[in-house]
Amino acid sequence: MKPKLAVFKFASCDGCQLQVLNAGTELLALADAVDIAWFPEARSAGRPGPYDVGLVEGSVTTPDDVARLQRIRADVRYLIAIGACATAGGIQALRNRADVDEFKRAVYPRPEWLATLPTSTPVTEHVPVDLALPGCPVDRQQLFAVVRALLAGTRPLLPGHSVCLDCKRAGAACVVVTQAEPCLGPVTSTGCGAVCPRMGRGCYGCFGPAATANLPALAEMFATLGISREDTARRLRGFAGNAAPFREASDALA
Amino acid sequence: MPSHERSRTIHVEPLARVEGEASLRVEIRNGALVDLKLSIFEPPRFFEAFLRGRRADEAPDITSRICGICPVAYQMSAVHALERAFAVRIDPAIRLLRRLLYCGEWIESHALHVHMLAAPDFLGCDSIVTLAARDRAAVERGLRLKRVGDAILELLGGRSVHPVGVRIGGFSRVPRRRDLAPLREALLRARADAEACLAWVAGFDLPQAEAATEFVALRHTDEYPFNEGDLVSSAGLAAVQTEFEDQFHEYQEAHSTALFARRQAGSTPYFVGPLARLNLNFDHLGDDVAAAARATGIAWPCSNPFASIVARAVEILWAIDEALRCIEAYEPPAAPAAAWEPRAASGSAVTEAPRGILYHRYDVDAAGLISGAKIVPPTSQNQAQMEADLRRLVPRLLELGDDEATRLCETAIRNYDPCISCATHFLNLEIIRS
Repeated sequence: MKPKLAVFKFASCDGCQLQVLNAGTELLALADAVDIAWFPEARSAGRPGPYDVGLVEGSVTTPDDVARLQRIRADVRYLIAIGACATAGGIQALRNRADVDEFKRAVYPRPEWLATLPTSTPVTEHVPVDLALPGCPVDRQQLFAVVRALLAGTRPLLPGHSVCLDCKRAGAACVVVTQAEPCLGPVTSTGCGAVCPRMGRGCYGCFGPAATANLPALAEMFATLGISREDTARRLRGFAGNAAPFREASDALA
Repeated sequence: MPSHERSRTIHVEPLARVEGEASLRVEIRNGALVDLKLSIFEPPRFFEAFLRGRRADEAPDITSRICGICPVAYQMSAVHALERAFAVRIDPAIRLLRRLLYCGEWIESHALHVHMLAAPDFLGCDSIVTLAARDRAAVERGLRLKRVGDAILELLGGRSVHPVGVRIGGFSRVPRRRDLAPLREALLRARADAEACLAWVAGFDLPQAEAATEFVALRHTDEYPFNEGDLVSSAGLAAVQTEFEDQFHEYQEAHSTALFARRQAGSTPYFVGPLARLNLNFDHLGDDVAAAARATGIAWPCSNPFASIVARAVEILWAIDEALRCIEAYEPPAAPAAAWEPRAASGSAVTEAPRGILYHRYDVDAAGLISGAKIVPPTSQNQAQMEADLRRLVPRLLELGDDEATRLCETAIRNYDPCISCATHFLNLEIIRS
């Protein structure tokens, strides 16, 4: 019996599960190694659990989401939260700082027809997960390495260093030093391969806080670049802005 | 359906292979349609609300998170709207690179839809995995086409999902000519795959459902449209992009969290996407692609929504040729991005997302912060048209058994490659008939 894999989705853009479909021939190899039993974006006629590995994308934003997530947790042996929405609440967690009723009125003519929670919260806040992979989107190599490790029965290793270190290793010019461009690389978790600095721009923190993040030092550095406290707070309130270290640091600045 | 059954409710497997959560309810009594509702119940994420107070230059990155499958479309509509607001003039080389980037997104998004989401409908499979067991070569060809689209996004944007290179005025970094050489080789190899893909879908047994439909797309004076051109339709609409809100009206229905849209004049539904673009811009395909499109046996313009998959395959071929043209013509600009200053202003733009026209409007204050935003994606524009298509199928549904009726409804919805990006991906189909 091949191990059964399931892919679930909550409030999100589909980009993380698209990383699975983007794997090309590696996807076909995965389909040979596992039974992709539940993956509505990719197949009709999904089969019920239990599942050996479950990937869950998206954040909790509706009254029904929590119960559905608990059913999923009960049905899955290794549950992996993938992406900034599932691990930090996503960009839609900006509502957590606002009046969601006003948001409803701003976007919809008939707000009373909507069933939505006042907050967007990560999957990890509601059920225990076996692994949490950050990123907006999650990194495809990291995701497949983790799935392969689980299938091989080994413990996946996740590095905890910052984007800044990846940049140095890649020999990319520092955008802070050479362009005076604000960059969240020193406080952001690795995983993207330092894609923004290598493309000539500052990191916007979509992989969330690194374990070693020194946020007060980052705020001081941004101040020397002429970035206001308000704008530094805004920059921390991005795709992973609801992750506690970014949230608390931005609250201290605002 | 046996006529002795007075009334019946049919629950089927959830429809998969769309991006988002939706359901369809069809109720037929005594041969007459009583009720038909396509409901999207994706949880709203309120982008237009939380954009307020963000810096204008953040809009391309933030709005790209509306859709992981077409992030470039959001980036393109955002930068063009804001460049209009701030009167930024972009370098012709930047314009060319943006066309190249959009080619990448059309290729990857269309290749995904044609092979992974739609083709199984026509070949009696439930997924690309079962399709691969039957026709591995076709699936591998589709994956190669998707890969070449992704490669364009990676070169210009650093990664294929939520690429990071686009900014107001241009790009954060632009390639040298020689950086594009490997991409050119890959595109030349992909062209044969695109031709084979087109021949493959042209051989599918497409349901015939020609009907009077208003197709809407951008039209440019001398090229197939991406970021520029006027709004035109098969019913004679001719308007500039900034008149979008005068021509189209968004409204809400209780059964859907995606807004619907209709024409201001006549309150009628309209059709956007590859079939609309092809119908309205066939003369800009170029001789080779036009000949390949004619060789499918379909007479263009074509009003059969089930021909959408063929239109998508034509656009993959066209986008490969266009990407090659852009690479040939490219000379790096003097600067990767034009300089700009924020000011209190409003700006709007329409660009051609893989699924059809995508409208953005922003109001910006003197500090460069967004004070208002409006975004009208192609899927909400198509929603009313999808319901209209399904209504037309009712007589045919009565003739079919439950499985075939369900499959026809699902296929009719997938014609639009609906991108409902949110929540679980079910179309719970319920057919009630008596």
